Amino acid sequence: MSTIPLITPELVALDIVAADRDGATRQLIDLLAAAGRVTDADGFHADVRAREAQMATGMPGGIGLPHARSEHVAVPSLAVGRVPAGVDFGAPDGPATLVFLIAAPASGDAAHLKILAALARRLVHESFRTSILLAPDADTVADIITREVNPS
Amino acid sequence: MKFVAVSSCPTGIAHTYMAAEALEQAGLAAGHEVVVETQGAAGSTPIDPAVIAAADGVIFAADLEVQGKERFAGKPTIDVGVKKAVHDAPGVLAAAVEAVKAGVATGAASTAAATPAYAATRQVGTGTRIRQYLMTGVSYMIPFVAAGGILIALGFLLASVAWAENGAIEVTAVDQAVLWTAFEWGNLQHWSVLLFQIGAIAFGFLVPALSAYIAFAIADRPGIVPGFVGGSIAGLVGAGFLGGIATGFLAGYLAHWLSTRKVPKGVRGVMPVVVTPLVATLITGALTILVIGPPMKAINDGLSSWLNGLGDTALIPLGIIVGLMMCFDLGGPVNKVAYVFATTGLANAAGDVGSTEARVMAAVMAAGMVPPLAIALATAVRPMLFSEAERESGKSAWLLGASFISEGAIPFAAADPLRMLPSFMAGGAVTGGLVMAVGSGVLAPHGGIWVTPLIGQPVLFLAALLAGMVVSTVAVVVTKGIGRNPNAAALEQAESLEAMTGAR
Repeated sequence: MSTIPLITPELVALDIVAADRDGATRQLIDLLAAAGRVTDADGFHADVRAREAQMATGMPGGIGLPHARSEHVAVPSLAVGRVPAGVDFGAPDGPATLVFLIAAPASGDAAHLKILAALARRLVHESFRTSILLAPDADTVADIITREVNPS
Repeated sequence: MKFVAVSSCPTGIAHTYMAAEALEQAGLAAGHEVVVETQGAAGSTPIDPAVIAAADGVIFAADLEVQGKERFAGKPTIDVGVKKAVHDAPGVLAAAVEAVKAGVATGAASTAAATPAYAATRQVGTGTRIRQYLMTGVSYMIPFVAAGGILIALGFLLASVAWAENGAIEVTAVDQAVLWTAFEWGNLQHWSVLLFQIGAIAFGFLVPALSAYIAFAIADRPGIVPGFVGGSIAGLVGAGFLGGIATGFLAGYLAHWLSTRKVPKGVRGVMPVVVTPLVATLITGALTILVIGPPMKAINDGLSSWLNGLGDTALIPLGIIVGLMMCFDLGGPVNKVAYVFATTGLANAAGDVGSTEARVMAAVMAAGMVPPLAIALATAVRPMLFSEAERESGKSAWLLGASFISEGAIPFAAADPLRMLPSFMAGGAVTGGLVMAVGSGVLAPHGGIWVTPLIGQPVLFLAALLAGMVVSTVAVVVTKGIGRNPNAAALEQAESLEAMTGAR
């Protein structure tokens, strides 16, 4: 099992202002790059864009879920951004106010992939999303995610 | 109700699992039991066959090809794509409930007709499993053969116009480098070379794809690399499709064995990306070159030279035999043996429409078109012999037959096998033998009447098809009149309805 947590407070942005999903995604990628979890921000961004082009990742309930498996990812990671003004992620019911960026290594082992699978499962639950939207600070957001995401 | 579902998405890390969770939650909320198999990047654990057997319906929330789809055969199924399941799982579940109710509403008949097919897939004897692996490989291989074979044929067709004479030979002699060094947009010869070369490359994937997807069927993703490499080597050493089948099974079982080993934690991360493909590919490759290659090459060469050594007098019996096989079970195992024999044999056809392998393909295709066409003709000329539902089904059989979809005749055969199947086989034998006699060949493994322009001796080919179709039709009409009474007619009508609802 990985000893590096999926998310830390440094990977949480509480107040993103972005014109479009590309901009919002980029700000989260820069957080991952600053933390050394993504080795090549531009390369990873291109992989995320390619995935987004296949099928928009916006979900009902104001969620954007850009993600990619990429060789530019060193550690499986999650970056979270709250976008108070909203940014369009192609969901049918309007813009996303909560953006989860999932970064998976191209060659992630089963343990890592199981954590990401567990995260994806939690995202479906409205209570999980609400608790993140209402969390007072970045530490709380990281705590909630670390506590709730338990691979079975 | 009880449902089983499969979810998958292109990346395999997010939507696969969100869809699974959403469906399970929607099931809890609506009081249904939903068991989801997540075919994602973290690998998948197959649903217990007992759970599948107990399920009322099946939901495919999958953007990728569902692995092991045959496990769910015979159940009411909805196929919605992963996004729909994430966005509106309750709606998907409601649609699945409707599908189950619709399946039940058609009565016990549909259940009765569906059960035998389902039971057959559940008996996972070794023989059945091996046939399933083989058929998975064949089903992934056929598009390569179709795209390649038809492009080659189109290239020849254009070449016959572009050159004054012997275009089909000239086109193969042109250096392909002309395409990227000196291509002339107005030059028909260049265009025919372009078609031919693209087709030849697509066709070249025949053995590697066969091998790779047999291995894929056995070992899932880890099987693909050793399967492809093994198949390519089989081609290299001249082992042909038989070698490709052998490397597919070898690579598949090897990769499966390797990927199910218990390994230390430190190594686990590099198993799927480095160790399994490396070791499986090395062993498969070495065994193919050193052990499998030589005898396979001997068998393949023997089969080819035997086929090529057959004079016209021996080819006609061969045409009759494959014709009988094609019509014996309409897409069942005997039919598939003849079809696989013909399609995989195309690897040895060397792009030649006059080769023995291409002629076998033509005989197989023509014979396979006979049953639905004969049924269509019979329902048109003797409508009183058939029920209302059968007459409707007969109309669509024209198109199915013309497109070489033998399965179009299954509703009729299932309702009355003792009369129908011998009638079909009689026509298939006539057509198979006649196609051989007139020397038609085809490089396309599918397409029916739509690839007629690509067939050697197209008029005689159609005449042979027509002859078998008439023989079958007469046999159908005559046998339908034997031993009939009003009660039997009513019974047959009910049976044919069952067969058709079950087939859907």
